[in-house]
Amino acid sequence: MKGHTYVIKKDLSGYPLGKSGNLPPAQLDIELTERCNNNCIHCSINMPAGDGNTRSRELGTEEWKNILRQAGDLGIMTVRFTGGEPLLRHDFPELYLFARRLGITVLLFTNARIITPQIADMLADIPPLEDIEISVYGMKKESYEAVTGVTGSYAEFRNGMQSLLDRKIPFVVKGALLPPNKNETGEFNAWAATIPWMEGTPPLSSMFFELRGRRDSAARNSMISKLRVSPDEAMVILTEHPESYRREMAEFFERFPPPLNDRLFTCGIGPACVDAYGALQPCMALRRPDLTYDLKKGTLKEALTSVFPSLREMRATNRLYLERCARCFLKAMCDQCPAKSWSEHGTLDTPVEYLCKIAHAQALFLGLVRKGEQAWKVRDREERIKNLKRRII
Amino acid sequence: MTKRIRMDMVFAHSNDVVAREIDGMLIIVPLTAGVGDMEDDLFSMNETGTAIWNMLDSKKPMKDIIADLEKEYIAGPGEITEDAIGIVEELLKRRMIVEAAST
Repeated sequence: MKGHTYVIKKDLSGYPLGKSGNLPPAQLDIELTERCNNNCIHCSINMPAGDGNTRSRELGTEEWKNILRQAGDLGIMTVRFTGGEPLLRHDFPELYLFARRLGITVLLFTNARIITPQIADMLADIPPLEDIEISVYGMKKESYEAVTGVTGSYAEFRNGMQSLLDRKIPFVVKGALLPPNKNETGEFNAWAATIPWMEGTPPLSSMFFELRGRRDSAARNSMISKLRVSPDEAMVILTEHPESYRREMAEFFERFPPPLNDRLFTCGIGPACVDAYGALQPCMALRRPDLTYDLKKGTLKEALTSVFPSLREMRATNRLYLERCARCFLKAMCDQCPAKSWSEHGTLDTPVEYLCKIAHAQALFLGLVRKGEQAWKVRDREERIKNLKRRII
Repeated sequence: MTKRIRMDMVFAHSNDVVAREIDGMLIIVPLTAGVGDMEDDLFSMNETGTAIWNMLDSKKPMKDIIADLEKEYIAGPGEITEDAIGIVEELLKRRMIVEAAST
């Protein structure tokens, strides 16, 4: 018995939580509400803030505490509070403090509009231990509010963010590339670089927007689809720094060899997500009712240890998927997954043409496919991946 | 300045942290601001530290904790006392324990 460094800083990010049957998942996503105080043009989850019907169906404070307690008992280290806008819940401070007192760290996704001085003080006194993530929709009032659809939202977002800055509460920003703000990318990147916790890293901006996983509004989905960037536009953005893009993708192929099989959940599933009404989903995006687990009737432990692991064995049966995705060496870089297939087509295994085009546009740039070539028909894929790596070296 | 640790002192886990056991490993999660050097740090302890941490909430004075440890571990003369004082000093500095009383 001998030791002089007794207390050790512990980084659990590389710890294999959830990777074996005996360990808990590292993170649980909690969608506190589907309501939002913004009405963003591209968003797939923003019921009106004052929607009484939606609010009445949401889990109550004690029900959420029960789920948080179960998460703590399972050894889950982090919960992500998201929505909608999670701060719309009047009991947010109570739930936040409850989670933190269980020793759970909190990742908060917010638009920052209702970060009041009181909320900011609480976050300063009892820090979430994860950088808050703030969605930013424009650098100017006009562009921001053209996205959110709410007059006054820009000023509120700036005030909320300033409250965090004043108290040195760590946060990062992320964007959404949309027609009203598409000319502000440079300004956004430069501004983001001034935020201490961004550490000079350019902010991520979404541009391949997801459709409504509830599959309940064709009109909304049509609107969202029209706001997605085209494959050509995507490539201009992705390859702004072509050499670093090639290097990153070569490293990506090194780390993630293509899963050439008919398994549906090549992602491994998760983090699991509790929706606002107590249904546990395999992930935040996959809302197919028969794949969810009702936490009002069962336990988080049963869902995570007995029910969800079996999803990993699910196989595709769609002929098109089997002919294409199951044999495609771009599968790891393609966003195709059961959740995307579900929101687009109402099945788990229908190829999503838009995502396929995006993946092929990237592959064409990287020299992995030729113009007009379909990646699932490529026979010398290993050689092509090797060539990509050689070109980087 | 390091507090001088006496053998009649009794310590308790601080309300500024939450201790969790994950996969058999002690994880100390800061609750209030300012615990640790960085606010996003989690902490663990080596075997010695974990054994002492677990005994610190027993409401026993340091001399009894050291006596218990000496029954459980084989170590050179004074080594267990040195370790116990070392960890208590570090935990106090990091606000992970507080002095509860003296017997």
